[in-house]
Amino acid sequence: MSQVSKPLINVQNLTRQFPSPDGEEPVTVFENASFEIQRGEFVCIIGHSGCGKSTILNILAGLDEASSGVVLMEDKEISGPSLDRGVVFQNYSLLPWMSALKNVMFGVRARYPSWSKSKVKEHAYKHLSMVGLGEGAEKRKPSQLSGGMRQRVSIARAFAIEPKLLLLDEPFGALDALTRGTIQDELIRVWDDTGQTIFMITHDVDEAILLSDRILLMSNGPYARVAESVVIDIPRPRSRADIIHHKNYYPIRNYLVDFLTSRSKNISVKAANCGDTRDLKPETVRPGLFKEPLSTSDAELKAVDINHSGLTQTQLTGAQ
Amino acid sequence: MSINMKAPILSLILLFGLMGVWEMSTPSVKSAENMTEYEMLMGGASEEARVPPPSAIVTKAVEELSNPFYDNGPNDKGIGIQIAYSLYRVLTGYSMAALIALPLGFLIGMSPLAYKALDPFIQILKPISPLAWMPLALFIIQDSEASAIFVIFICSIWPMLINTAFGVAGVRGDWVNVAKTHELSTLRTAFQVILPAAAPTILTGMRISIGIAWLVIVAAEMLVGGTGIGYYVWNEWNNLDLTSVIFSILVIGVVGMLLDTFFSRVQTALQYQE
Ligand SMILES: Nc1ncnc2c1ncn2[C@@H]1O[C@H](COP(=O)(O)OP(=O)(O)OP(=O)(O)O)[C@@H](O)[C@H]1O
Ligand SMILES: [Mg+2]
Repeated sequence: MSQVSKPLINVQNLTRQFPSPDGEEPVTVFENASFEIQRGEFVCIIGHSGCGKSTILNILAGLDEASSGVVLMEDKEISGPSLDRGVVFQNYSLLPWMSALKNVMFGVRARYPSWSKSKVKEHAYKHLSMVGLGEGAEKRKPSQLSGGMRQRVSIARAFAIEPKLLLLDEPFGALDALTRGTIQDELIRVWDDTGQTIFMITHDVDEAILLSDRILLMSNGPYARVAESVVIDIPRPRSRADIIHHKNYYPIRNYLVDFLTSRSKNISVKAANCGDTRDLKPETVRPGLFKEPLSTSDAELKAVDINHSGLTQTQLTGAQ
Repeated sequence: MSINMKAPILSLILLFGLMGVWEMSTPSVKSAENMTEYEMLMGGASEEARVPPPSAIVTKAVEELSNPFYDNGPNDKGIGIQIAYSLYRVLTGYSMAALIALPLGFLIGMSPLAYKALDPFIQILKPISPLAWMPLALFIIQDSEASAIFVIFICSIWPMLINTAFGVAGVRGDWVNVAKTHELSTLRTAFQVILPAAAPTILTGMRISIGIAWLVIVAAEMLVGGTGIGYYVWNEWNNLDLTSVIFSILVIGVVGMLLDTFFSRVQTALQYQE
């Protein structure tokens, strides 16, 4: 997770506008979003409903186009969807006329057209087993599976095409807490085994802390920004039961909740007033290291006081 | 007793009840031995045409169905041969309609431009009674056989065209996105995602079409004459043989039901649950 190596994904000054319904000025959902995703990193993005998370993910997937700005993947500009970027949609998006296995095989066949049918099947089955499906469940149609099982099929399909980047749009939003926990564990295990890079949207702060290396915080729209990048300084492997006892857990959690409940509202307005937000990378924050002596390698990273956020200071400079 | 057992029993009671009432309300027919030769010629009817009782129709059915494919010249062919002629026309016209309606419907469904451009034509052509085309068809094609097939073609094309376009246009964007993220070519997307997704709707259209085609063929054959179940009905009416008329009406119903059952089976097989 070294910050020095070349990033897999480099998002630069991404802006998305939608035409307003009454034909006046277009609505700017977010503006000048810039961030990077390193190879092998697990990054979550959090923000209020409607701030444009799905829109960013769709642009990364190639299903939507930015109004301005670029997304580079391995230094090449993204244009259109690609098998290098697997997507797990919020509503699973399985093809309902195919069995679970066939759904995964659909992906595998698209990825490896030259493979024999038996090889495709074997590969698909392997990935279904990885998420705990098999022994008969793979023969069932999506309508005969529970929500959690469908989500697992969808994750298996995305992992089975072995993309460089996996994009997950609120994958556990519709699941109960228990199922959610099981699948989170499976996701982490598969991520560990395969060394994938994952970009995931979530509404759940605890889920984000449990899963990610880094959390991107988005301010409220319109004119939303990717304001901060919060590093989760909690060693892996993490378990749901033990993580809350880690000394960094609550500083991080409080920091995130504070952002969502109060600071996210104000940022976009300030950003709009402070003029040029181009090339403004989200500030890296390490709440876990707050009031801890900084190591030399961390010297350039600013530890921010939860109560006296440094961010507001930085961003206000230049205003008026 | 389950409802599935009760229903057929009730059906049978209704059938026999109705047939009983019908049988009672028609004057008894003389048995064949007692008929004069003249009466035999008239098909057992008295001078006054009257609705035959069910027993006469059953007798007629047994007689016809025991030898359905005899051919004694243009005016006396077995019911099986007549049905075969009608089915041949229906299936030919219907297949031609499907060959055009399915790809065209696909195109219309995929492209909002094609939809907008073709919509006025469809809206005007759709409500025209298929038989209204008959004189024009006879004049242009100059062949009664082909004209009948054309009428079937023109009546079965609309439901298939409209349902295909509707089904294709209504395919969920999510599924198309799945195809996109898997880098599927346009052709593969069409066959592997859109076609199966739209299949139930398309089949509904095909089922409506075959129903209409079977309705229309009877009328068309009454007009063009020569062969077919429609001609048969008309011919027996001209002979004042009401027993045969009623018998052939029942046969039309049974064949129509079989056609519908076939498409309903296919539809069930392609149906999926979201
Ligand atoms: N096709 C569109 N046309 C117009 N406006 C759109 C369109 N798609 C999205 N928007 C607007 O863009 C904004 C961001 O939408 P988006 O779906 O990205 O939000 P989100 O952050 O994913 O929200 P949620 O957490 O509820 O999923 C919303 O205000 C929405 O109204
Ligand atoms: Mg969303």
